[in-house]
Amino acid sequence: MEAFFSNIDKVVDGFSWTVRLTLLSALFSFILGVILTAMRVSPVPLLRGISTAYVEGIRNTPLTLVLLFCGLGLNSALGLHLSDQVMWDVFWWAVIGLSAYTSCFVSESLRAGINTIPVGQVEAARSLGLTFTQNLRLIVIPQALRTVVGPLGSVLIALTKNTTVASVAGLGVQEASRQMKLMFDQGIAPVLPTFFGFAVGFLILTLPMGYLFGWLSKRVAVVR
Amino acid sequence: MKATPLVVLENVDKHFGDLHVLRDINLSVQRGEVVVVIGPSGSGKSTLCRTINRLETIDSGVITIDGSPLPAEGRGLARLRSDVGMVFQSFNLFAHKTVLQNVTLGPIKVLKKSKAEAEARGMELLERVRIANQAHKYPAQLSGGQQQRVAIARALAMNPKVILFDEPTSALDPEMVQEVLDVMTDLAKEGMTMVVVTHEMGFARRAANRVVFMADGQIVEENTPDEFFTNPRSERAKDFLSKILTH
Ligand SMILES: Nc1ncnc2c1ncn2[C@@H]1O[C@H](COP(=O)(O)OP(=O)(O)OP(=O)(O)O)[C@@H](O)[C@H]1O
Ligand SMILES: [Mg+2]
Repeated sequence: MEAFFSNIDKVVDGFSWTVRLTLLSALFSFILGVILTAMRVSPVPLLRGISTAYVEGIRNTPLTLVLLFCGLGLNSALGLHLSDQVMWDVFWWAVIGLSAYTSCFVSESLRAGINTIPVGQVEAARSLGLTFTQNLRLIVIPQALRTVVGPLGSVLIALTKNTTVASVAGLGVQEASRQMKLMFDQGIAPVLPTFFGFAVGFLILTLPMGYLFGWLSKRVAVVR
Repeated sequence: MKATPLVVLENVDKHFGDLHVLRDINLSVQRGEVVVVIGPSGSGKSTLCRTINRLETIDSGVITIDGSPLPAEGRGLARLRSDVGMVFQSFNLFAHKTVLQNVTLGPIKVLKKSKAEAEARGMELLERVRIANQAHKYPAQLSGGQQQRVAIARALAMNPKVILFDEPTSALDPEMVQEVLDVMTDLAKEGMTMVVVTHEMGFARRAANRVVFMADGQIVEENTPDEFFTNPRSERAKDFLSKILTH
């Protein structure tokens, strides 16, 4: 275990990138997820079609492919750069890939939440004169969100773990799993304890998430 | 001079697939009039109500509210809907909002009133439906009768020209029916224009100016409540009344 702790600065640095990837991707996935859901339930067939095609397309593509497309395809082959510094360039591409992928799961969870809202409430809001967007913003989404806090927690945990795919797919963000691999490659740390140390690191991140979202979902539940 | 009616349906037809649910409906409702719609299950009463604020579209015919035809979509429709209040069988209160928030949402978001103004008026209305002391509770904490009275206050808060009631007491336990009917009777006395789908004959006799009897998507008979209940003319109405009177 000593070797693991003597490299603790690398470990901490790795997890700091993991956290940054997770938080930014979570934010963008959420925003994109809400937009995709709004399109999916809108009365405009074209918007519904685009949203459905996007969600079904990306959701059924392996994350590795999505990230390879961002890294090898858009970033390297097409030479699209998001920053002059390589470190941040690959970071932002990883955020984009992870968000593009995770937003589909956010959207599917939200849609399941929307389906639990009695249609009568939507009709009542319509008959008060609320427009479609007001209805969505004031009645549907707030209630849908409350019913899917738990599932969204699972999506966030999956996202945290999925950040490790970025480096495997060639986007060399110095997140935790890549730091671990570098430590192995350089032979500066014994394999088993290091493995164990990083696994515990992920547990420290994700376990509280699970509890937080579990607590939150009880807290905000709508009584019917 | 005869005043122009508030709600007019002319030659309205509506299908659900092959099912012809509204057949050439002609109906006008005068300002301040209370019309009770009665008829067997599946005769199209709910559909009739729902076409009046365009929760359902119609296939042909014209519906006008206060002289202007129902707009097809968009903001015009939203504005018009706020002129037509609706009270549903299953209350449909917003579960994540308090009683007072349920009543102020429309005025704040649609009529663009200030929160303070909407709340003052909201409390007044809750007072009127005798539920002001529950203003800060959530719908699930109220009984059915209380929820329905809140739903009536929510509709009133928009200052609608007409309120549609679709079987407002059918989902209630028997002991709560009267408290809702009392509120509705008060409204009728105060001159609110109302279209009420209900089988509550007591209410019809007490508060309605006219009874409209529907069967198979058609208006079969229209009359004053007294005439209709004591002297139905059509066979369908006689048959229907004998059934609801004997059980
Ligand atoms: N959305 C719908 N899609 C298809 N058919 C429908 C729909 N809504 C109603 N119907 C059918 O249209 C007919 C009229 O329904 P409606 O609800 O207007 O009747 P009603 O007179 O209100 O009956 P009840 O007394 O049972 O409430 C029924 O046969 C019903 O099954
Ligand atoms: Mg009905």
